[in-house]
Parts: sequence; C-alpha cells; structure tokens
Amino acid sequence: MDPRPRDKRMEIDDVVAELRDGMTIGIGGWGPRRKPMALVRAILRSDLRDLTVVSWGGADLGLLARAGKVRRAVYAFVSLDSVPLEPSFQRARQSGTIPEVVELDEQMFLTGLRAAAQRLPFLPTRAGLGSDVLVHNPEIRTIRSPYPGPDGAYDDLVAMPALRLDVALVHLNRADAHGNATYLGPDPYFDDLFCLAADRAYVSTERVVPTAELSDGVPVQRMLLNRLMVSGVVETPNGAHFTACTPDYPRDEAFQQLYARAARGSDEDWAAFRDRFLAGDEAAYQDAVRTWTEQR
Amino acid sequence: MSAEHTDPTRAEVCAVAVADAFAEDGETLASPIGLIPMLGARLARRTVNPDLVLSDGVSLFVADDPPLGESGQEVEGWFPHPRVFDMLTFGRRHVMMGAPQLDRHGNQNLSAIGDFDRPDRQLLGTRAAPANTVNHRTSYWIPRHSPRALVERVDVVCGVGAAAARAAGSGATRFHDLHRVVTDLAVLDFTGPDGTLRVRSVHPGVEAEELRAATGFALELPDPLPRTRLPRPEELRLIREVLDPRGLREREVPTR
Repeated sequence: MDPRPRDKRMEIDDVVAELRDGMTIGIGGWGPRRKPMALVRAILRSDLRDLTVVSWGGADLGLLARAGKVRRAVYAFVSLDSVPLEPSFQRARQSGTIPEVVELDEQMFLTGLRAAAQRLPFLPTRAGLGSDVLVHNPEIRTIRSPYPGPDGAYDDLVAMPALRLDVALVHLNRADAHGNATYLGPDPYFDDLFCLAADRAYVSTERVVPTAELSDGVPVQRMLLNRLMVSGVVETPNGAHFTACTPDYPRDEAFQQLYARAARGSDEDWAAFRDRFLAGDEAAYQDAVRTWTEQR
Repeated sequence: MSAEHTDPTRAEVCAVAVADAFAEDGETLASPIGLIPMLGARLARRTVNPDLVLSDGVSLFVADDPPLGESGQEVEGWFPHPRVFDMLTFGRRHVMMGAPQLDRHGNQNLSAIGDFDRPDRQLLGTRAAPANTVNHRTSYWIPRHSPRALVERVDVVCGVGAAAARAAGSGATRFHDLHRVVTDLAVLDFTGPDGTLRVRSVHPGVEAEELRAATGFALELPDPLPRTRLPRPEELRLIREVLDPRGLREREVPTR
C-alpha cells in the first residue's frame, strides 16, 4: 500500500453543500484577479442566504450582493480595475439592499485577518484613526498602548477585531489532491491568510496534479498553501473566469465589459445576461462563454 | 508634437508640479495613482530624484521609466500586495491618491457621495486612505478642480486631515504628513491655519476668479498670485519624446 495523505478532491456542489445560511465566507484573490468564480457562481445557484462576505471585492461581492445573498458585506474596496466601480455592488449600495455594510480601511481589513489567523481577539493598527471608518463601525474600539513612544506619549491605536471566517474560498493555478497548492502568477495576494483565518478552506484550481509536479520547475516559494490549511480541493478549469488567472489566462476584458454593461443596464438587460450565463451549472456557464466568444 | 518648440500644455505643467512634489523624498517608494501622477513621478526620477522607487502597479519594482501605458522592463524587486502593506507601515512611502472630494481641512473621500448608509453614489470604497494618511507622506491629485471636488466638508472622511488627526491623538499624528495637492488649476499645500489648504501657486493662464469659482469653499489667495513654474526644456523633451510620446496626458487634462 502506498501511504498517501487523504484525497480531498470534491465536486463544486460538494463545497456548496458544506456551506450554511448565515455563515461568514472569506473570498480570496484581489478585485478582478484570481477569484474563485466557479465557487461563487455555485453559491449564486444555491438557496444559501444571509451570508457575511469578507473580500478584497470584485465581481464576487457584486454578484452575491445583487442576488440578495449578502446580509453583511465586509470590504475595503470593490472594483474591476478597468471598470473602476463594480456596477452590481454600486447598485446594491445605492438601493440599500445590503442590510449591514462594514467598509474598512485595507490595512484594518488585513489586520483583522491576521488577528484571526493568530487566534487573537484583535491586533493594534494606526489605520482608521481620525477617519469615518470608526464612526460607521462603532463596535471597533481603540486601545491605549501600554508602552510610551519616543516622545513619552502613549498612542491610542485601533484595536482591530479578528475577522474570523467560517469558510475561505480561494483559487490557485495548481493543486494536488491533498490540498497543497501553487500560484504561478505574479502575486500570492492573501489567499494563505484567508485559509489560516478560516475554520475550513476550499481551494479551486485550474488543474489537480501529482504532488511532485507542484514543484517541478516551479520555485518552492510559489507553494502558497499546504494541506494543513485546506479541507477540500476542486478542479475547475477556467474557474476564475472572467477574472485573471495569470499565467493560465488573463482577465477576459471583453466579457467583463459585457457583464458591466448588463449590470448597469435595465432589469431586462440584467435578466438576459443572467439567463444566458448564470442559470445553469458551471459547465453550462463555460459553454455559454465559449459560444459568446466564438460569435463575437 | 515636436519637442520644446510649442508652449507647454496644462497637462505638462501639472506633470512638472507632480515631479516637484516628489523632489525632496530621497529614497522613497512613490505610489502615484493616475496618469499625470505616474508621468510626474517618472519625470522626477529622471530629473530631480533618481533615488525614487517605483512599482509597475502590479507586483514588481521597476528600475526604468517606460512611456505611459507601458510597464518597465528592468525589474529591481518583487512587490506583491502583501509587501505593499508592509511598506506602508514601514513608512518610507509617498502616495499621491485621487480625491473625489477633498475639504479645506484636508479630509479626503473616495468611499461614497451622500449619506453613507444609502449613498447617492457608491465610489471605490475607503481603500487604504486612512492607513496612508497616518503612516506616511500623502499628496492628492485632482484632475478636475471643481466645487464638487473641493468641498466645504467631505461626505465620508477616508484620508485624514490635520484637525481630525489631532483629535485622534499621538497615534494618528506621529507619522501624519500631508504634503501637496496638484489640480488642473493650481498647486496647494496644507500650511494654512490649523493645517488647512493654502494655494501655493496657480497654473499659467488661470485667473483668481476662475479658481475661486471652481472651489467649493472660500479660498484666501495671495496677492500677487504666485504662478506654477513652467516646464524646463529638458523636462518638456522627456515628457514629449520619452515618457509620454502618445500624449496620453492630454486625455486626463485636456487643453482648454
């Protein structure tokens, strides 16, 4: 017998079956880059509701908010880069359909994830002092440093509460069946931190490969996730579409424009987009995108 | 456009004003957000401050200064998102951010216009403006100087002005360093009473009345009005032939 660690491969719907109404879900990637969109689309198709979504926001947060899945949005920005303002999110904010909004500074957001990963109730940061982030989030307190600064003054600092996640969803270029995973693009973002801040983490990946292949010709520094942090692995080729998954594929700029136009348009425009691309399962989505791309 | 032989455009005056804002930083990470800030920072590195550190805006430090719209070829370091935040708190950074709203106290808003709970217009979100303004030098770039941008009071305080920092105590003031505001009409700083905005210079061709009308709060203007300096011939050559041969700068600040 070949003793190997557990095989953690799952199907997309197996991951969604692990989720419950009211959960706090952290979504990795950054804005329009390397988002676990196949998993997001699966949540869109599900009956899940009242979610708290913690995200460096892009279309993930926009789509989930527009679908009424989000009770609480925790973010520092929501953007598609080439489309600066995410139209679905903008619409949800302007029509007041997200019941609770926790808009943080990016450093506060990061500090909250770090506190969760370290199993601390909070960590101190200067970020937020003097700003309206503390006005709009009165539950966030300040704390006086027990140590004097060089001038003898005792700084009051923001005591950023831990952003503990029930579940983290991330997308990496390659993973093995056991939950080790490698990013091949220029940036790890904070996917490892999301996994450490979560009770359970699921990684979707372009391709599941044998463990040895993860470091075959790839610098070991790119092995961002190890299996200690990962509960499940889903193979979802093109699963970050339409966000970038460099170097496997760039952002689908044309499709992003199509999405943005529909999201900014009338209810009928949006319904047409949703029916064409988001009504079926992931395979149907990928087929519809392929057809649309060929017809352009 | 042939170099040196035509008058400087407003966009070129702005780019040089941005370069001047980065002139005294020494070996600092410049984080220019926007076309003109990017052009100005690259110009500063080619002229007054060769020690400036610049990233490609994605995840690399680049040693060369490519034309606008292109990314550098000579990599001098890895600068992924997690490192951005380390560099932010390390402090050796000068960001020039946008400011959809900026008030006379130096508070900046890029979160939302109107009531935060039900905004008229949701913008990008708070981003790192609160962190930037209490950790390192911060400047602002406003491509359309108007009463909607320069307001009496911002709707959401993201970037922290001097009075707000003081009210939050030494934790907020220790590294608070608002530096410069460059707009399409003028250059301002924060040396007014109690750290409020003050006009340093007005761009060539801009009159006092025009500036007053474009500002949403009462501006005190020095008399005579100092003029923003014109680009030197070498700066014009660099802008037109090397750093922005496609003239992208004119899109952000059209010649009027």
